[in-house]
Amino acid sequence: MAGVALENWVENIRDPKIECMSGDEMAALQSERLVDVVKRVYDNVPFYRRKMQQRGVEPGDIRSIEDIEKLPFTTKEDLRDNYPFGLLAIPMSDVARVQGTSGTTGKLTIAPYSQKDVDVWGECVARNLTMAGLTKDDIIHVCYGYGLFTGGMGLDYGAKALGATAIPMSAGNTKRQMMVMEDLGATAFACTPSYALYLAESIQEAGLVDHMKLKAGIHGAEPWTEEMRKKIESILNINCFDIYGLCEITGPGVAQDCIHKAGLHVHVDYFYPEVLNPATHEKCADGETGELVFTTLAKEAMPLLRYRTKDLTSIDHSPCECGRTLPRISKFTGRTDDMKVIRGVNVFPTQVETALLSMGGVVAPHYMMIVDRENNMDVLTVMVEVDERVFSDEIRKLDALRNKIGAVLKQALGVSVRVKLVEPKTIQRSEGKAVRVIDNRGL
Amino acid sequence: MGITIQQLSVFLENREGRLDEVLSVLAENDVNIVALSLADTTEYGMLRMIVSDPEKGRTVLRDSGITAMLTDVVALRVPHETGSLSRAMHQIMEGNVNIEYMYAFANGEDASAVLKCDDPAKVAEILRASGFDVWEAPEAYVSNIRL
Repeated sequence: MAGVALENWVENIRDPKIECMSGDEMAALQSERLVDVVKRVYDNVPFYRRKMQQRGVEPGDIRSIEDIEKLPFTTKEDLRDNYPFGLLAIPMSDVARVQGTSGTTGKLTIAPYSQKDVDVWGECVARNLTMAGLTKDDIIHVCYGYGLFTGGMGLDYGAKALGATAIPMSAGNTKRQMMVMEDLGATAFACTPSYALYLAESIQEAGLVDHMKLKAGIHGAEPWTEEMRKKIESILNINCFDIYGLCEITGPGVAQDCIHKAGLHVHVDYFYPEVLNPATHEKCADGETGELVFTTLAKEAMPLLRYRTKDLTSIDHSPCECGRTLPRISKFTGRTDDMKVIRGVNVFPTQVETALLSMGGVVAPHYMMIVDRENNMDVLTVMVEVDERVFSDEIRKLDALRNKIGAVLKQALGVSVRVKLVEPKTIQRSEGKAVRVIDNRGL
Repeated sequence: MGITIQQLSVFLENREGRLDEVLSVLAENDVNIVALSLADTTEYGMLRMIVSDPEKGRTVLRDSGITAMLTDVVALRVPHETGSLSRAMHQIMEGNVNIEYMYAFANGEDASAVLKCDDPAKVAEILRASGFDVWEAPEAYVSNIRL
């Protein structure tokens, strides 16, 4: 079994009424939902009521989706300031579950869901799985992590909504992954792209490619290149799809590309995207790069108005060859901040700085993060300057220092870190904003 | 001056030309190297030296942005006789002092061994009490210099 070539591809659309809706009809649906969500947050979330009052905006001023520009932005800092449940728009007793992701300060970024939010999430992922050519007859091997991270649960809900069979493998233990994949006859698998490539190569090395029934791979949660996609596709002879999401908005399933791979279709009936110039906040024209901003149109538990993702992309409203009218966002070209996604984990340079400072002046807070990809796995190296405060003429003591820094950083970042001790002043001191990250992955 | 001497220890990145730079700084400032040992790890190197003027050596290196420190060590005079180093080590072991590292250098008629341990003064005492000679600073720093 293998991926279907484009010329033999039969496009299935899960919800043609929505996914192929005309622009006017979609705008009407979005307007109706925006009016509703604005009213809900104004009535139930003091933070939004205050923000709107500061801008002199009342729910009555929001009559259509065009009025969205009148609404205030929401930032990650706002989520942190209102941690954990300050932005809830429903009673806690109606919260069905909570997911989360590591934040910039060691605190989690929390995503609460009502039961309806969970259902919408599953529905969106099911649309994406359909976009990837999957049906209720498929067996989906999920090797995203299950837990607070939205990857595992998101794909699981999607498989459930589709009526397909989910195998909740979670991450790790590649040998076991391959065995289960082969024995249970998985027809699709979902994981980060870097792990997908690693797994593909392991399957190839074990001579198991012909034993597999895979036809599709669903990959996201970290940036990847077209070269990586082609490599995974050619090794396993499957089609790979780029899925996008963020836990603040819902998790995976906010957008995904179709077989034409011409950008990621956004489920704009639930998640309204704006692409804005990061400096002026003016709306970018189609094809112009700016910051992606989302408004959750139907979310109940924690609706967000104009949430600034800090992801840079462009949008295309032209109809797609697949038949969908859902606009497409391009592959991400970067971030407005210096966040890096390393093995699926969000890492900010400030976290490294905070962790080093927490060691009580043992090490100088001059550091440099270097991200590489070795054997298709992300490797984070942190260079730390050895000044006279920490220098020892005994290698044993320097190695102990290195191990200690490594342990502190791993604890703070949630990924393992290679620590490299360097001479003082070798790390650039720039005037203004110092460059703290070098990314050699070529993403 | 005590019976321990000062070693100049330098942190070196594994980077082309770095050792040359350190040695040049010392040479340009007339700091003579009496003995040296270079330990390498996969990540970095450690240069340990006995020099003519340790304090000056540290200052000139520091001024050049190089991490250097002074460490108290013992310079043991080892007669050229089979078993002499072994005997010295045995005495130190009996005295319950731990040796971190050691390196040797030639010095006139005798050899010398630089010893780094937790308690250099105690090691020097042990060695002297058991008939060994240790170099004092004024002697050690001028070793092998042709007058």
